[in-house]
Amino acid sequence: MTAIKYVFENNRKNKKGCLIGYITAGDPTPDLTPKIVEALIHGGVDIIELGLPFSDPIADGPTIQAASLRALNAGTTPLKVLDIAKKIKTKHANVPIVIMTYYNPIFHLGIDKFLSTAKNHGVNGFIVPDLPIEEATDFKKAANTYCLDTIFLAAPSTSEARLTKIVDASSGFLYIVSHFGVTGVKSAIDDSTLQLIQRIKPFTANKVPLAVGFGISQPEHIQRVINAGADAAIVGSAFINIIQKTANTTTDMLNELEAAAKALKTAITLERQ
Amino acid sequence: MKISSYPRNGKYGKFGGKFVPEILMEAVNELEVAYRQAKKDPDFQRQLGYYLADFVGRPTPLYFAENLTRKLGGAKIYLKREDLAHGGAHKINNTLGQVLLAKRMGKSRVIAETGAGQHGVATAIACAALGLDAEVYMGTEDCERQKLNVFRMKLLNAKVHPVDSGSKTLKDSINEAFRDWVTNLKSTYYLIGSTMGPHPYPMMVRDFQSVIGTEIKQQFKQKENRLPDALVACVGGGSNALGTFYPFEDDFDVKLYGIEAAGDGVETGRHAATLSKGHEGVFHGMYTYLLQDDNGQIRTTTSISAGLDYPGVGPEHAFLKTLKRANYVSATDKEAVNAFLILCKTEGILPALESSHALAHAIQLAPQMSKNQSIVVTLSGRGDKDVETIADFIGAKI
Repeated sequence: MTAIKYVFENNRKNKKGCLIGYITAGDPTPDLTPKIVEALIHGGVDIIELGLPFSDPIADGPTIQAASLRALNAGTTPLKVLDIAKKIKTKHANVPIVIMTYYNPIFHLGIDKFLSTAKNHGVNGFIVPDLPIEEATDFKKAANTYCLDTIFLAAPSTSEARLTKIVDASSGFLYIVSHFGVTGVKSAIDDSTLQLIQRIKPFTANKVPLAVGFGISQPEHIQRVINAGADAAIVGSAFINIIQKTANTTTDMLNELEAAAKALKTAITLERQ
Repeated sequence: MKISSYPRNGKYGKFGGKFVPEILMEAVNELEVAYRQAKKDPDFQRQLGYYLADFVGRPTPLYFAENLTRKLGGAKIYLKREDLAHGGAHKINNTLGQVLLAKRMGKSRVIAETGAGQHGVATAIACAALGLDAEVYMGTEDCERQKLNVFRMKLLNAKVHPVDSGSKTLKDSINEAFRDWVTNLKSTYYLIGSTMGPHPYPMMVRDFQSVIGTEIKQQFKQKENRLPDALVACVGGGSNALGTFYPFEDDFDVKLYGIEAAGDGVETGRHAATLSKGHEGVFHGMYTYLLQDDNGQIRTTTSISAGLDYPGVGPEHAFLKTLKRANYVSATDKEAVNAFLILCKTEGILPALESSHALAHAIQLAPQMSKNQSIVVTLSGRGDKDVETIADFIGAKI
């Protein structure tokens, strides 16, 4: 059983959802990332999604774009991000880490070299938003070789025919893009997001857990998606906004992140209604 | 197997593909189906032909540049006058085709990216003529370099969104256009302006632009009763070059030259010569050559010409390079400006700075060829938009 699967099964046994927390590695500095991740873990984040910054993140909104730029300007490189993952794992061996990045940094280093290094550093899986299943044959093969989970995305526009293929190609979890748009904080969860979860749920049942991201930032958002049938909620831009706001005082940053994670975790661990 | 039979399954050899976020996959698939149907539909082709003739003014002339030929003392130089197309550049060939397609698909809103502003202007023109809303993303640095085109777009009823992220040039305006598209997928048609992006865009834009090469073939046959010896065109994303090359891809006696922007010189690192100096990678939906750093981050580019200032290149060009079917070389800012000035003086034509790169290479090439040979240079656009830049470069006051 992979580490990610274990976390999901454990939470499911307790009838609870998982909290997945995204941050951009290297924002504001590579040195601070392990501490930031630790604060999230203390707050109750179950799975860490570590963003490996790319110069042109087309699936991301202004918050993550700016974070990526700050990280790159702070000298963050792909190999440094894998080193950060290793550092986190030495203290939190049981917390799964998935790398979220665009395809070019992986391709440029070499798929095999990238994935083998990631595996050695304790990474558990990958999310690559500009690599749809049709283009992912080589990547998927290498990921299987190193027992790394490949987390593909499904969107409101995804047809049922493709959904079946995407579920088949996905391991760890399936990432549901909640709405038409890019990443970033939204004030409310649309009803269409809940309908989307209900539409996709039958495809993933007994196959792979279903995690919902894009625009989820508040405890009530989480309750709604979990009640609609999601197994996990992914929160990113809300954490990054805290990091940006408190960039000058590390203690405030870490305290606020932990508190935010705690509030989200409380919402997600409420028994399903 | 004919080179012109590509793409196959959306790929040119290993290049091309559809590397887009999941949210766009159905949209690009739907676009591919709609385009293939339109392409076969005589009504669509008739409509496009009508607008190209009566609205754009096609066919554009193939002009024998007699003075320049005499000055260089080598091969005859012919100019394919895309600068005379409505809007002042070849871009309109593609925007009319795609806006007609957008209408057919029931879309009400068209978005586009632009570098020099020529594609933005051509989008605004086509949308105004065919009654769709146009919104154009343009880097703030490009807005500054091409103020006149920004104003032209506004006059033509398009909304211009200045893009202040990243390098504030073409690549960033493409990023923003993609973000808009994923947000407004149902109502919106994304009109990509070059032979780049995910399949089917590179194929579709090439098809719409290949009217250039098709006309060259006919016109040259009328004048010289054979095929030209060489075709020369500038390459940013690569649409005027592919439009020129495509009808000749399987005519192996015709040499093809794609000219990239060498900026301050390829050895300085400040350039946009993607095929000459780049490496394979994935960006903006396609597998192609890219200018990138050691970590696979996309580099910012440098060129005096906003239209060539792009770190990627159309996948079919990457394919033609690998096959050695086309030669890709570069011209510096200085060489381009020099070519610009020469054409003004010898022929009374102000070429776009983009096209001046092609001209710069033709000026080198012609003296090495015999007098009974011919070169066709595609003058992709007119240079009125560039006169301020030229004045700055040569230190003149307007």
